[in-house]
Amino acid sequence: MVAGQPARSGIDFSAFRDSKLARELIERIRELVGDRTINLMEVCGTHTVSIGRYGFRSIMPAGLKLLSGPGCPVCVTANRDIDHAIALANIDGAIITTFGDMMRVPGSSTSLAAQKAAGCDIRIVYSPLDALDIAEQNPNRPVIFMGVGFETTTPTIAAAILEADARGLQNFSVYCAHKTTPPALRAIANDPETTIDGFILPGHVATITGLAPFGFLVDEFETPGVVTGFEPVDILQGICMLVQMVVENKPAIDNAYRRGVNADGNPVARQLVEQVFEPCDTTWRGLGPIAASGLAIRPEFSRFDARTRFDVPIEPTVEPRGCRCGDVLRGAITPSDCPLFGHACTPEHPVGPCMVSSEGSCAAYFRYRN
Amino acid sequence: MSHSVTDSTVLLGHGSGGQMMKRIIDEVFLDAFGSPELLEGNDAGVAALPASGRIAMSTDSFVVSPQFFPGGNIGRLAVCGTVNDVATSGANVRYLSCGFILEEGYPMDKLRQIVQTMAETAHEAGVAIITGDTKVVERGGADGVYINTAGVGEVPAGVALSGANCQPGDVILVSGTLGDHGIAIMSQREGLAFSSNIESDAAPLNHLIADVLAAAPDTRCFRDPTRGGLASTLNEFAQASGVAMEVDEDAVPVRPDVQAACEMLGYDVLQVANEGKMVAVVPAEQADAALAAMRTARYGENAAIIGRVLPLGSDARPAVRVRTGWGSTRILDMLVGEQLPRIC
Repeated sequence: MVAGQPARSGIDFSAFRDSKLARELIERIRELVGDRTINLMEVCGTHTVSIGRYGFRSIMPAGLKLLSGPGCPVCVTANRDIDHAIALANIDGAIITTFGDMMRVPGSSTSLAAQKAAGCDIRIVYSPLDALDIAEQNPNRPVIFMGVGFETTTPTIAAAILEADARGLQNFSVYCAHKTTPPALRAIANDPETTIDGFILPGHVATITGLAPFGFLVDEFETPGVVTGFEPVDILQGICMLVQMVVENKPAIDNAYRRGVNADGNPVARQLVEQVFEPCDTTWRGLGPIAASGLAIRPEFSRFDARTRFDVPIEPTVEPRGCRCGDVLRGAITPSDCPLFGHACTPEHPVGPCMVSSEGSCAAYFRYRN
Repeated sequence: MSHSVTDSTVLLGHGSGGQMMKRIIDEVFLDAFGSPELLEGNDAGVAALPASGRIAMSTDSFVVSPQFFPGGNIGRLAVCGTVNDVATSGANVRYLSCGFILEEGYPMDKLRQIVQTMAETAHEAGVAIITGDTKVVERGGADGVYINTAGVGEVPAGVALSGANCQPGDVILVSGTLGDHGIAIMSQREGLAFSSNIESDAAPLNHLIADVLAAAPDTRCFRDPTRGGLASTLNEFAQASGVAMEVDEDAVPVRPDVQAACEMLGYDVLQVANEGKMVAVVPAEQADAALAAMRTARYGENAAIIGRVLPLGSDARPAVRVRTGWGSTRILDMLVGEQLPRIC
């Protein structure tokens, strides 16, 4: 894109999009990989979309495979959770507030978008704090926020619950389906069906967690990981560092996104999360149940917990037939290996969540087809 | 009974067909638009047929929310949208109609402002508003103001532009920075308001088109990349002409703040709406002349050559590709589903 005056933020990112630098990094990656076979997994959905948009798969050396991981929060949300959300939406007078991505995800028999068209009051918000305002304006109606997301999202939701407490809001609650990243990576590293030689670690998640929670990849699996940013040069830099560690057999956890990520992450945000949430077992689409990989609202805040507050009938879970989102999410196949991809399942008529979400691997593969 | 347009809001009676309606027409619309055809007060505006014997006609309805936004209002959109649609045929745009659907209770001073903007924009474009209509619906039956405009222009002899005319070797131009209108509207939306200096680019481009056509007489086609943005326009051209197209990402003019907003919102700027930009496909040998004409025309100072038309690839399917600065490519598809409702 043509550079002009810097963006309003005052930060000039043009160096991270520099074509010459990008070409040099691509050349360096080619030299390092040679005729080896190396599988890297990008954990984060935003990385999947960026890699598609920058066309990197089409110009990587033949032996270097970039597999998409379980980092799209909507995609890893189990069908049961979506059905539960739909049941909550049907409570008389309830207002459901959600991030936009959740709207079109198909549950067992319907979606939030279809329920909205059928008359449920479901509103898209860009922050859980907006849901608090809606709760304040509608004191006689239950306002439920759909809490979906990883370490990047949970601090603001913790803050929203504390704020609701401070404002004395009686009608606000959160349906909590939050997940944490490291346990999912452990499950993938343990999976005998997939071989991941290195992890492109999620830059946004690491701004909160720091580097330490990923140390087990090296200690237990001798697999390197590099925290990576999202601009073209960031991603190529992360890939280059990983490939070098693989080639030299010197696994480590490193940071290629120092302008965004401190090694210690954000302790204040973590403290907020810890105050409101506690670890719980949860089920991931594709990966199944993983111990201590979710977050539940602590008992002292249970009045904000939509799971305990509302007893609603949830329909029996039905998984979409033929959909292989689960295999895509753990890196066992790429989206185009799924027989439904691009035929029965397209962004216009999605069968599985990976085709719905803007961060979903299938949607990214379909959109950029490179 | 002396209701007059000193009323501070639109009332149902203003659409009644009776005295109140006559007043709003006389004092709000005629006062601003004032073309001889309109002042005759007939049900139809009568105008001369062009010598070439061919007319171009287009119509568009405007439901944008909010009605006032940085860089314009619904009135400017309603004139520019139709003027630009007619102008893409290469026609000399002459006449507009305008139909208003007003919600009972709409502030009269806002309506006057919208009408005044329409008059100024029509004057700038050199077109006359020669017929109109006013309806008022009860409160809640519409959101403030909806406007329909239709436009008629005369097509000069020998001009036959069409999106089906693109040929391999042709060059793709755009008249300025992309995405400004969509992001300007987005920045004003309730629940999403973010602070920016981004203004809508809504502008009449009929003079710019005429200048390009004079400089590059073999221009294949023009289209204004409104909803769906450049992505839709180029995909439509590629399909109509049975060709492939390639865009150089680094060559596409985009304001840095628009780019930043798109990234924050998760949009591809190439799929975001514009209301004052023109895409042109011209033969390679006339590309420099077309570019120079665009850049000297009003609203064209940031014009750029952004890509080229290619023969169909091995799969024989029309497609649009974006080439990055480091040599990779990706498909540029039409937008799926709804990005932003009621943007124009």
